[in-house]
Amino acid sequence: MNKAASAAGENKRSLSSRISDNWQLYLMLLIPLVLTLVYKYIPMAGIQIAFRDYKASKGIFGSPWVGLKWFQRFFSSPNCIRMIKNTFLLSLYSLLWSFPVPIILALALNQLRFKKLKTTVQTIMYAPHFISIMIVCGMLRIFLSPSGGLINLLLGTSIDFLSESSAFRTIYIASGIWQDAGWGVIIYMATLAGVDSSLYEAAKIDGATMFQRIWNIDVPALVPMIVLNLIMSAGGLMNIGFEKVWLLQTDLNKATSDVIAVYVYQQGIENAKYSYATAVGLFSTIVNIILLVIVNRLARKISDDVSFV
Amino acid sequence: MGSKTKTGAPGGMSDRTADVILVVFSLLIAILIAYPLYYVLIASVSNPYDVYAGKTFLLPSGFTLDGYKAVFADANLVTGFLNSVKYTVIGTIFSVLMIYLTAYPLSVKNLPGRTFFSILFIITMYFGGGLIPTYLVVKQTGLINNMWALFLPGGVAVGNMIIVRNYFENSIPKEMIEAAKIDGATHWQTFSRVVVPLSKPIMAVMVVYSMVAYWNDWFTALIYLPGMEKAPLPLVLRNVLIKSSVSAAQASTISGGYAELNKLTEMIKFSSIIVAALPMLIIYPFVQKYFEQGMMAGAVKG
Repeated sequence: MNKAASAAGENKRSLSSRISDNWQLYLMLLIPLVLTLVYKYIPMAGIQIAFRDYKASKGIFGSPWVGLKWFQRFFSSPNCIRMIKNTFLLSLYSLLWSFPVPIILALALNQLRFKKLKTTVQTIMYAPHFISIMIVCGMLRIFLSPSGGLINLLLGTSIDFLSESSAFRTIYIASGIWQDAGWGVIIYMATLAGVDSSLYEAAKIDGATMFQRIWNIDVPALVPMIVLNLIMSAGGLMNIGFEKVWLLQTDLNKATSDVIAVYVYQQGIENAKYSYATAVGLFSTIVNIILLVIVNRLARKISDDVSFV
Repeated sequence: MGSKTKTGAPGGMSDRTADVILVVFSLLIAILIAYPLYYVLIASVSNPYDVYAGKTFLLPSGFTLDGYKAVFADANLVTGFLNSVKYTVIGTIFSVLMIYLTAYPLSVKNLPGRTFFSILFIITMYFGGGLIPTYLVVKQTGLINNMWALFLPGGVAVGNMIIVRNYFENSIPKEMIEAAKIDGATHWQTFSRVVVPLSKPIMAVMVVYSMVAYWNDWFTALIYLPGMEKAPLPLVLRNVLIKSSVSAAQASTISGGYAELNKLTEMIKFSSIIVAALPMLIIYPFVQKYFEQGMMAGAVKG
């Protein structure tokens, strides 16, 4: 409570009675605040072990400083360029292929006049989002198996897809679209639900076809949300998730599946090289922030241009 | 929304063509998404040799429940299943409680320090310590191999908390809260007797989100719960699905050679996927109608 009181600012001392009136609210916030400080803010401060040589006996704040040693080690490691390239390309291709899909689906579903069909299709579309990545990767391993796998049965081939490094990105991205595109539709559908229906009426009276209505009414309505989502996604370009890559990685597809997140896990958790792994993780975070700033500027420019059209 | 009734407006003909295209398109999408799950379902009750031979594209062949029997005969899988149930129940209660305890104070407009606390939480959405520093703090606080490592480090799910806070601010009538205050209710009484009962739709969404997250999570357990006896179901399934290994317990349920063992491995893969995926697939359609509202509430004002 005292902490909260001081946080409210010194210039509000006259409000001390209001603060004591609200003690129950501060009490409610206590546990969430403590957890956030301990497990979110202390780790943020703990990033400094990227510049220290972490020793368990000396702790995060007592281990000796080593400057950029770990970064230099990362940049001179044999697979460094490959990992940066794989991480970036996997995210970039993933974004380029996955991003438009929910928009197209939402535009189509929004025009669907049969309400029952619309709801049913939506229910089915959400399903994969509720399945664990572990299960999805298990299904992929079964479907892609060279003997008796669904894909090979359908194609009449016996290709070991997960041993082909050229197939890895396609597998990763296609399964990602399968799992998340339906869920991504929600936010666009919600935005389209807010479109003034008199616009459609007016367009109909003017004789606009369905595709003209989509292009002239729905698409402009979605632009702000598209730009916002694009900015958010771009900030995560180096954030390729560990889980799926780790589960789909084989010794033979590493040429494209070797990414930073898996390396951080292996070095940090499996090999207990805490400082080194933190430095590698920090590197990709910094790249993320730079990308976020660049895309933010670009997006703002584009959306300005669009609004002038 | 109300505009989508059939009218005799000009261009009706091309609209009808467009309708057909749309219906075909949405059916195709639905099939494309549902088919992989359907295939796993029928394969899970089919003879694995028939699955291998491509005889189960549309209907099961050589009906059998042996795969399911083997799943429930495996102590590791059963333990994993029970662990997952436990973690999901405790995690959901904990997570929704944290969201509510944070969202309500932050929705009270004249609370001194409200902005400061909001920013404090929101920052954690964008910045974090990353895998290793967080791991070291969890380790330092003695949570390695402790179930609470799955719940406590997550703290407050800030994105969901904002959705709930917006719901409190926009969808609960101010008069109700004012009336409670005039009646002399304390903040806690207003919260527990007015706000919580009136926020059931958003609570349903939060419960489902948390349930799904905990039921499907395995990465947290991989890092913080190294022992197999505490592993949740998806992590146990890694051995079955990703590493394709069969435990001694499973192998002992069959008599026969390598071929039989192989057959069993394949069957367990399909049936364990169904066992792991089905609970959430059954639950989510019941709260589907709230998703859109919840998403919108969160999107309108970050």
